Amino acid sequence: MLRFILTRVSLIIPTFLGITLLAFFLIRLVPGDPIETLAGERGIDPARHEQLRKEYGFDQPVIVQYGIYLSRVLQGDLGKSMITQEPVLTEFSALFPATVELALCAIVFALLIGLPAGMLAAIRRNSIFDHGVMGVSLTGYSMPIFWWGLILILIFSVQLDLTPVSGRIDVLYYIEPTTGFLLIDTLLSDEEGAFWSAVKHLILPTIVLGTVPLAVIARMTRSAMLEVLGEDYIRTAKAKGLSRFRIVALHALRNALIPVVTVIGLQVGVLFTGAILTETIFSWPGVGKWLIDAIFRRDYPVLQGGALLLGIVVMAVNLLVDLTYGLINPRIRHNR
Amino acid sequence: MKKSALFAAICVPAFLAAAPLAAKTLVYCSEGSPENFYPGINTTGTSFDVNEHIYDNIVDFERGGTKVVPGLAEKWDVSADGTVYTFHIRKNAKFHSNKGFKPTRNLNADDIVFMFERQWKEENPYFKVTSPNHSYFNDMGMPKLLKSVEKVDDYTVKITLNQPEAPFLSNLAMQWAGVQSKEYADAMLKAGTPEKVDQDPIGSGPFFLVNYQKDAIVRFKAFPEYWGGKAKIDDLVFAITPDASVRWAKLQKGECHVMPYPNPADIEAIKKDPNVTLMDQAGLNIGYLAYQTTKKPFDDVRVRKAFNMAMNKKAIVDAVFLSSGVPAKSPIPPSMWSYNDSVKEDEYNPEAAKKLLAEAGYPNGLETDLWAMPVQRPYNPNARRIAELMQADLAKIGVKAEIKSFEWGEYRKRAQAGEHQMAQLGWTGDNGDPDNFLHTLLGCASAQSASGSNIAKWCHKPFDDLVTKAKVVTDQAERTKLYQQAQVIFKEQAPWFTVAHAVQLKPVRKEVVDFKLSPFGRHTFYGVDLKDK
Repeated sequence: MLRFILTRVSLIIPTFLGITLLAFFLIRLVPGDPIETLAGERGIDPARHEQLRKEYGFDQPVIVQYGIYLSRVLQGDLGKSMITQEPVLTEFSALFPATVELALCAIVFALLIGLPAGMLAAIRRNSIFDHGVMGVSLTGYSMPIFWWGLILILIFSVQLDLTPVSGRIDVLYYIEPTTGFLLIDTLLSDEEGAFWSAVKHLILPTIVLGTVPLAVIARMTRSAMLEVLGEDYIRTAKAKGLSRFRIVALHALRNALIPVVTVIGLQVGVLFTGAILTETIFSWPGVGKWLIDAIFRRDYPVLQGGALLLGIVVMAVNLLVDLTYGLINPRIRHNR
Repeated sequence: MKKSALFAAICVPAFLAAAPLAAKTLVYCSEGSPENFYPGINTTGTSFDVNEHIYDNIVDFERGGTKVVPGLAEKWDVSADGTVYTFHIRKNAKFHSNKGFKPTRNLNADDIVFMFERQWKEENPYFKVTSPNHSYFNDMGMPKLLKSVEKVDDYTVKITLNQPEAPFLSNLAMQWAGVQSKEYADAMLKAGTPEKVDQDPIGSGPFFLVNYQKDAIVRFKAFPEYWGGKAKIDDLVFAITPDASVRWAKLQKGECHVMPYPNPADIEAIKKDPNVTLMDQAGLNIGYLAYQTTKKPFDDVRVRKAFNMAMNKKAIVDAVFLSSGVPAKSPIPPSMWSYNDSVKEDEYNPEAAKKLLAEAGYPNGLETDLWAMPVQRPYNPNARRIAELMQADLAKIGVKAEIKSFEWGEYRKRAQAGEHQMAQLGWTGDNGDPDNFLHTLLGCASAQSASGSNIAKWCHKPFDDLVTKAKVVTDQAERTKLYQQAQVIFKEQAPWFTVAHAVQLKPVRKEVVDFKLSPFGRHTFYGVDLKDK
């Protein structure tokens, strides 16, 4: 097990370097001069342009710029946003909890519906229920997020008046961020009704962001379950006269979960990508929206820093998933 | 498992408890986050909308108009030669306070001088704080124009200019000249946190900032001690909502009262909603196609005229702007003083155009490029589509136009360098003065500069003489005459094909009282009230 952990952890260094390289050079491939963008609509005179280029270090060869950037990153300095002049890390830490809160709710939503649906579909293979679940999940998987979000807003907010349109909480509440997780902060505050307002605001974005992972988890659970249900030990369990519930819930599910756990880990990346669109539709103040703005404004420090930080988070989650995988699957634990 | 159970419990749909109602809260669904709280370095309308409520200027634009009215200065005197301005500052303008700072004095001449020096003098300790890029101060030509800014006494400031400049007062009413507290700045400098001045702002405006959460909300409260009297609303909230359709959904539901930039596809529905009024006003802007007049074939006025007659303006505006634009015949919008309505529009006449082109030496037509901006702007919602329509019209007189585009920054830079033959561009006015269009966009000075806004590179002496003279004359009646003549010359010389003036459309809920559209496209809520539903 120790060796497994060590191998896995040692992979982090090259991955980290890879992310810095990609984040740094990809944005520079996008046409557009950050100084021009900074100057706004009416352009900038050449002398001042040059002066600003120097100030930001853009006059140096790209490879030197990368060296400087990397050495600063290693010292924990991600730079300042060119637009707001705030440190990248400060902005990230103010916005990240909102993204995590939404992503956690979305994944819980996906698991709560996806797992049982996948299991039932496997048990009742080829039934109407099975076809229904697979059809719905295929639709969910191919759902354009933007459209899906707007449709839900139109139906549930505008027509039925059940949920608020967008935002994290009703504007009448002012909650001082303590943890940054609004569900927790509202519980800590004395404001009556604030918590439920936060919950109501979470419903639609959770559904929208959770739709794709839900579809993936349902399909994955079904196929993993089908495979496991055909195994010898299930037949043995049946022969022993165990109840159907015990067979499925105890024997089959535990083994079927192994690939599902990996998929959940991979979905973290998907959740962050989905967050970009979901956050824009629902005016959710998270890192997705922040990064999109940075792309449009060619805010190099924010893009580099933001991509790096998100990369680290995805890496950490996947490492955790791999370790869990080792825990639940003895074959990996014993390094075979 | 426990953790997910907790989250599951929290995320389960629940439709409970309505939120409590506050006194008079006006919610504006803004389109984005402000860059920061220092208007001196801001370049976007989004930031100006926020900072306009916090800071005051020496002079202001009247609400809903372009006329300059007293602001922090109760009155002012201008010397006979137009180079010395003496401002008498009101004595009752108070600054806001925040957690870290309580002002001990009212706003005075020191604060006004600080506003200038911070943007002007490199040795000012605040020159580089947050950013040294004081865009508008430079763009409005202040470094060259200002000779001195002096404090005469606590409530009198004397500004001396290097030469007379008629639009100077209008320039001072622009947001870049918002006045910050020098006392606050000094205190923060002493504390070693100068950047706080631009993050936790203190101004003397009608609202003070309560809190700001990036990409979520900007929250203001009415400042009870505002010199102009407390605002009619108690709280002002900017709910940041980037998507236009979502803004509309929020407005429909009453989650906000005013929204900017509606989606054209939603306009019909907005017009039908009984709870919403769709306000409209021709904005201070122009969308145009500039001919590069120093390059062949556009150095010949006959070619330019022929092109102007070959393109069907009305069809273009109808197809692309829908209800959000009116055809333009002058470089300045009809709502601006000195607009010359007697100027005759070039009629759409492909036959005559073809003849004129033959006269100019191109009987078999010609080939040219046609640049289309890669971005959407109010004055040009779809440059590509416009280019296609123009291309089709031009083909009818034998002109083969090749549509080109570049990344936006690159596009502007190349157009300003004059690399095109024909390029679309546009302008939104800054200060309501015709000088800001006619001199800035069509004067010789800006044609000769590599970063100038005159992308037609059109330098025509009779025109330039008029607009340069109008810059130094202070009498508005005389200036009007000069600008009206200039528009006649513009039309004869045809350096541009003027396309359209965008109309700004603003959906506002019916309970909002006395909201006025700003010709500058700003959103200001001082003076606005809410009636009970």
